[in-house]
Amino acid sequence: MAPLSKSAAIVGVAESDEIGNVPGKSALQLHAEAAYNALEDAGLSKADVDGLFTAGYSTYDTGEYLGITPRYTDSTTVGGSSFVIHVGHAVAAIAAGMCEVALITHGQAGRSARARVERDPNLPTLQYESPYGIIGPPIAYSMAASRYMHRYGEDRTRQAFAEIAVATRKWATLNPKAMMREPLSFDDYHDSRWISYPFHLLDCCLVTDAGAAVVVTSAERARSLPKEPVWVLGAAEHHDHASISQMPDLTLTPAHVTGPAALAMAGVTHGDIDLTMIYDSFTYTVLVTLESLGYCGPGEGPDFVADQRTAPGGGFPLNTSGGGLSYTHPGMYGIFLVVEAVRQLRGEAGDRQVQNVGLSLVNGTGGALSSTGTVVLGVG
Amino acid sequence: MADSYDRPLPVRQPESDFYWERAKAHELWLRHCNACGQTYFYPRDICPHCFSRDVEWRQASGRGTLHAFGIVHRGPTPAFREHVPYVVALVDLEEGPRMPTNLVGVEPDAEHVHVGMALEVTFDDVTDEITLPKFRPAG
Repeated sequence: MAPLSKSAAIVGVAESDEIGNVPGKSALQLHAEAAYNALEDAGLSKADVDGLFTAGYSTYDTGEYLGITPRYTDSTTVGGSSFVIHVGHAVAAIAAGMCEVALITHGQAGRSARARVERDPNLPTLQYESPYGIIGPPIAYSMAASRYMHRYGEDRTRQAFAEIAVATRKWATLNPKAMMREPLSFDDYHDSRWISYPFHLLDCCLVTDAGAAVVVTSAERARSLPKEPVWVLGAAEHHDHASISQMPDLTLTPAHVTGPAALAMAGVTHGDIDLTMIYDSFTYTVLVTLESLGYCGPGEGPDFVADQRTAPGGGFPLNTSGGGLSYTHPGMYGIFLVVEAVRQLRGEAGDRQVQNVGLSLVNGTGGALSSTGTVVLGVG
Repeated sequence: MADSYDRPLPVRQPESDFYWERAKAHELWLRHCNACGQTYFYPRDICPHCFSRDVEWRQASGRGTLHAFGIVHRGPTPAFREHVPYVVALVDLEEGPRMPTNLVGVEPDAEHVHVGMALEVTFDDVTDEITLPKFRPAG
């Protein structure tokens, strides 16, 4: 194991009071509720927080709103993977003595916000892609998926997408906080309307209102707290483009760097992992990420997820919260992967609890398959 | 066309003025690095491959192949919702780089659009000031 492995632990996780359709709350309110709930979960108070991590907003905005004046501040914003990357940054900052209690917050009124953010027209994406109607994740990711289908076979890729959508919904039916809890059939998947071919509606994640927060602290402090520490054993981050047109290989995400690096830091291999949490912005994101992380070879993803292997009772527990596809997805979802992994590692996952989860791999993806953060978490 | 055009337009940058000016003349020009020999998209004054400043403009042949595509049925903004379905595309240009565009002159369905199909550039004068390079099946 690398020196920083197991030097810090996640000691608190929570969502905002409500998630899903929450028209009565602003994004910053969702941050604050999640922060309050996660500190309570950790058995810590706001006064203990000396490191603040936020994506989307600057930490001086969340800091002011929460009344936190940190000595370590990190607003790294690389899309929905940011919060997984923040976990690694927190570990490094704590090890360096730059802070001791790191609070990572997120909140987004993805569904109900009263105003939308205009993007900077100077960005290459807006100059070269937006005029063609290449705007937003569904269109960018659908193009990547078309390349995968061309390369590895359309029918088997389509079947894999359906397997993932159906299996993920099965997990969501077991999660009282999930937005979509009605069972989903294969026919429902195939019959759902087109969004951007090759994506059906049911290839795409939800758009919800939700907040979540995570508290990370030193090994010593973690052992003094009421709940069992969830150790950060490995962490890695990477990005290799921003615009989908600049992605080096549409069938390989930056997880091909972060997966092996995080596993190596933890000193474990794929076969040791009991629970895998993969950012499922789209069914394709899951398929290409499984391959990129190294769980299977290029083009082998459809065989890997066949026969509902990732569903409850299957051989490969994946996205047990119900994922971005069926649980929640406010726009940037990565922090919710960490929340679920911690709950499973603590044995707090209720009806969807996977037995004997000792190790979990979490992979967040951001932008147009642009960035990834991978962490390996463990108990004991 | 000009006054009623309601979709987003590129905001030209100093490093891309030449690109958009030549597009108005129905020409596609790319940046080429004399140091490492690579031609790249989008235009930048310093080569993103080797970081050389020894770069020049070269006119592209306008030929390429379809690398990937999507057929948009749900417009991403209100302006695009009136224009669905339309085909978004990434095109591998003969000179090497890949660029985003629309595929036009073809039925917007999966029966007619195929990765690997041969394409050629065509120019869409969307306003008096902006011409968008688009691609159609090679004739």
